[in-house]
Amino acid sequence: MILRGAAHRYGDDIDTDVIIPAASLAFGDTAMFARLCMTPLDPAFPDRVRRGDIIVAGRNFGCGSSREQAPMALQAAGIAAVVAVSVARIFHRNAINRGLPVLICPEAVAAIGMGETIAVDPAAETVTVGNRVCNAAPMPPAMRAILDAGGLVPFVRAELARRERLGQSGPQRSEGRA
Amino acid sequence: MAKTAVEKIIGAHAGQDVAAGDVVTARVDRVLLHDVTGPIALDQFEAMGARRLADPDAVVLVNDHIAPAKDVVSATNLARMRDFATAHGARLFDAGAGIEHTLLPEQGLVAPGGLVIGTDSHTCTAGAFGALGVGLGSSDIAAAMALGSFWLPVPATIRVDFRGVPGRFVAGKDLILAVLGRIGCDGSLDRALEFTGEGIGALGMEARMALCNMAVEASATTCFVPPDAATRAWAEAKGVAAHYVWSDADAVWDSEIAIDLAAVGPLCARPFSPGNVASVERVVREVGPLAIQQVYIGNCSNGTLTDLRQAASVLRGRRVAPGVTAIAVPATRAIYRAALAEGVIDTLLEAGAIIGPPTCGACAGLHMGVLAAGQRAVATINRNFRGRMGAADAEIYLANAYVAAACAVAGRLAHPAEVMGEEGPG
Repeated sequence: MILRGAAHRYGDDIDTDVIIPAASLAFGDTAMFARLCMTPLDPAFPDRVRRGDIIVAGRNFGCGSSREQAPMALQAAGIAAVVAVSVARIFHRNAINRGLPVLICPEAVAAIGMGETIAVDPAAETVTVGNRVCNAAPMPPAMRAILDAGGLVPFVRAELARRERLGQSGPQRSEGRA
Repeated sequence: MAKTAVEKIIGAHAGQDVAAGDVVTARVDRVLLHDVTGPIALDQFEAMGARRLADPDAVVLVNDHIAPAKDVVSATNLARMRDFATAHGARLFDAGAGIEHTLLPEQGLVAPGGLVIGTDSHTCTAGAFGALGVGLGSSDIAAAMALGSFWLPVPATIRVDFRGVPGRFVAGKDLILAVLGRIGCDGSLDRALEFTGEGIGALGMEARMALCNMAVEASATTCFVPPDAATRAWAEAKGVAAHYVWSDADAVWDSEIAIDLAAVGPLCARPFSPGNVASVERVVREVGPLAIQQVYIGNCSNGTLTDLRQAASVLRGRRVAPGVTAIAVPATRAIYRAALAEGVIDTLLEAGAIIGPPTCGACAGLHMGVLAAGQRAVATINRNFRGRMGAADAEIYLANAYVAAACAVAGRLAHPAEVMGEEGPG
């Protein structure tokens, strides 16, 4: 599926406290997450963002805390994908685990202007800016498998069902190998 | 083939020979959850259809973030954690026991050579003990609870050599701030940090925890301090089953950096990034008096007895300046009791400080020390992101406990020597 949306352009080291302030985390309320998403840095974001829009960021997007509420907040606000120069490790895993595609594509980031409509193809791993098609870095196979399964919950459900059929349980060193 | 310690420990947990760049599935010795990200992991665990923990003995739930509860929502989360621990036979540390990353080693639940994962980015603190800690999100932790293992790319390691020994008023915090000042907030993205050299040998275990705690602020996957006599003494005192691991002399490093501690004084990270590092002396000289409204000494990086003693050494016989709220939070109940027994708590109280119960509270603007718009704080915590302790424009300067205490007395950003003169640590 090709995702088309307006780019919300940000710089380097956008941290998870900016993406979703800690004081809201305990509530687990996605409507609240959507209202607060990005507001410490960009108070107008919740009003400006439209469903299907795309975050475009510089280096180390999502650095800081492990809060999975960060990709949850972006999704609740309507964000369909993240395109960045680089992404912090835990945020990257959390986004994929929640089914939010992340494309590492410095070439596209350099070409995208604020508000510009771009097209992201998570399957082909491309970002299209105007007529220019940019190839993103290949997604690690382990992440591809999780994203293709629809997130980590369905992925693990399938793995647990498989183990049950095989009569296995407990730690499996060789299972789920990427 | 020569290996880094990080490769050896991950390999031992993956049951295979591994090298940087390999993607492996590793079993885990400990899985840590707290009351803010933990409940989502419990939701995901159930959504995955998991009925039982792969290894109940490995799972540790800690009610530390908004504990004791400040409202109905946090009370509900604390109860959820309690109920899950009871239902699944996992270990629970309830409100007041302490902050997870300080509590884990205190309770002997991390051991040299071990692999700890947790729903918190500061799980990397375990590196202080010759172990590896890896922070993960709630879904990844739920999967590890169900499967007993997790997947990860084996990171290459950046070797950091601390030359010389820490000088006057220089603490573990300054070593990691020096690293952050050098390599920046993404300087070790997708890589590990190994901290070595004469400077490490001079640090106690608590200072090593301060150092390792903030490895994630440089985006490190994990970090490691090679075991030495201090590590052995700690492991023997705790009675943990230690498996000592060191990097081979000819291990392949991602890169190597050297930091000369003779040139490092007390440092601070200015708003709004832990990588925005400068010496306290320079900021005081160049920026002039920066008035502060709050000082916070505590959190998982610097809430140990070592930190409280440092603060007390500055505050003894002095007063917190009018207009400054000074909060000290012992990171665990045991630290609190030890600080009480040796008079440290009384010294802090006599100076006008507030003593809070062990909790993460103020560090993330959750409760008990939230900042208003326009306020400025000096804090021993690990992050000074926009809005971290409350209002989006409130400013946080990160520094060690000597600096924080000196600032409390001065009512502005200050070098401890301004307050102490010739007194204090040599």
